[in-house]
Amino acid sequence: MSEKRELNLPLGPTPEKMQAAYAAADQMPGEFMHVQMGPQHPATHGVLRVEIETDGEMILKGTPHIGYLHRCFEKVAENITWPQIVPFTDRLDYCSSMNNNLGWSLACEKLFGIEVSERVQTIRVLAAELNRIANHCVALGSYSLDIGAWTPFLLLFQEREHILDLFEELCGGRLLLNYIWIGGLSHDIPDGWLKKVRDFTEYMKPKVPELNQLLSYNKIFTERLANVAVIPADVCLQYGVTGPNLRGAGVKWDLRKSEPYSGYETYDFDIPVGTGEMGQVGDAFDRYMVRVHEIEQSLRIIEQAAGRLEKMPGDDVQAAIPRTFAKVPAGEIYFRTEQPKGELGFYIVSNGKSKPQRVKCRAPSFSNLCVLSKVAPGLLIADMVALIGSIDIVLGDVDR
Amino acid sequence: MQKKVTNITFNPGFKENIYYPEVFRGLWITNRHFFVNMWRHTLNLFGIRTKVRPAVTYQYPEDPRPAHYRLRGRHRLTEKQNGAMRCTACMLCETICPCDCIHIVPGESPDPHIEKFPEEFTIDLLRCCYCGFCVEACPVDAIRMDVTRTEMAGYTRDIILTKELLLGKVKAHPWENWIAEGVEEKAG
Ligand code: SF4
Ligand code: SF4
Repeated sequence: MSEKRELNLPLGPTPEKMQAAYAAADQMPGEFMHVQMGPQHPATHGVLRVEIETDGEMILKGTPHIGYLHRCFEKVAENITWPQIVPFTDRLDYCSSMNNNLGWSLACEKLFGIEVSERVQTIRVLAAELNRIANHCVALGSYSLDIGAWTPFLLLFQEREHILDLFEELCGGRLLLNYIWIGGLSHDIPDGWLKKVRDFTEYMKPKVPELNQLLSYNKIFTERLANVAVIPADVCLQYGVTGPNLRGAGVKWDLRKSEPYSGYETYDFDIPVGTGEMGQVGDAFDRYMVRVHEIEQSLRIIEQAAGRLEKMPGDDVQAAIPRTFAKVPAGEIYFRTEQPKGELGFYIVSNGKSKPQRVKCRAPSFSNLCVLSKVAPGLLIADMVALIGSIDIVLGDVDR
Repeated sequence: MQKKVTNITFNPGFKENIYYPEVFRGLWITNRHFFVNMWRHTLNLFGIRTKVRPAVTYQYPEDPRPAHYRLRGRHRLTEKQNGAMRCTACMLCETICPCDCIHIVPGESPDPHIEKFPEEFTIDLLRCCYCGFCVEACPVDAIRMDVTRTEMAGYTRDIILTKELLLGKVKAHPWENWIAEGVEEKAG
């Protein structure tokens, strides 16, 4: 006997729908399937295993299992000296190494009371925003790949390639940069680099409307994402979801504006928030669109920073690096920065020795992933991929 | 036992069918890129406008990607003009290395004007994270990271650079010559 059930699309994890899903589950005879999604699933962006309890179509429970990529960042950091930790922060979220370097360096600088020059700050902002664009290119590209659009992925990786070339010229690394050090930078900007950055922004500007034409406002894509996997603002706040996911839910919260660091308060940029353009506020499309708009805003910041750097006289970018880290001020600090994926915080306890006593890293992807178990019930299995892609996790950041 | 089958009927109406224009719009953008790149490739073939690169990709083994001089590749130890090693076994690079991959055994230098030199200098490349701290720390510019040596692959786990390899005294390390080795392995 086959039983007919109204699917009542579109689905979103509104409390009523979840209750209905649970109630329907209680009445349904037989057993539910336990499906393991991952750890080698291509759409999980790394080694993530999601244990799904399903009736074959609708998810009743989705539990993320993590830890496959654990590399003991916090324990390793207790055993190496302060500046040596910088290359290890590269590996936290390998798509946005520059921002991790920046977070660690700023935390240590505040703890040790180091002041860097304005030029160094401007170079840092410029590099971090370039990396934000690169990160969003990966996020949007791999998301479109998950949804089933192959072309935008290649186009976005082409744009990212130009940024990686710029980074290679700047610091010698393409993915793992090790550029921003405590108290300074590893290299000064090379001759003619700012010109190339200018060329890149000019090249990149028309690419965003093209992406919108090709993907964002494509009807197939919007229909696929609108009203899917809605994460309301209060759920975001409960679970500590930050970054574009929180802004996608309509909350105007960006640490670059609300707790400015490294001179972000002097730049002119907007915080894009989700408006429910195609469906509800906080659906997958909003989270996607916030990233697209952030690329535009980052381009604005890059242009301003490049304009300032062109006028500034050169100085020694390593001037403020202490000669030795053998004796540092004791104390503890929590410092947070806005990484492309959310709030990256470092809680550091120093006992005045050459190595930190304890380091706690508040990784954005970890908190963002936690919301998965809350949002998953009531989704279709096919929408699980849309959910994981839209919260943009990097498993290196989740497991640390 | 009841079968749990859900029948979903789906009749695409007008609203669903208007996705066809979207497909063609996407195809139009993709094709535009294709023909622009094709045109540039054709121009390049005749030697016109060779400054504009037609595609971001490189035809890798024949046409390797040009690297910038700051690129961090494989390590190299430098020599003085008289052929002696520059390295003075000061251990700074071993101290700064965050991955513990440099191992130096200092010894008395044969040259009476120089105090120390490394009797052994090994870098375990599989542990190295290519951070470039060793290059930055060296006070006498004895260790560098080469731009051109970026192709690193091996069949074994003992990718350990000895002093001779780092100095370039021994040219073909088995894993540098991996194609030949692969042929040998198959033959043997
Ligand atoms: S590049 Fe870094 S990890 Fe590699 S040998 Fe030098 S200091 Fe050690
Ligand atoms: S390579 Fe340079 S830093 Fe390392 S031991 Fe030799 S002289 Fe010292």
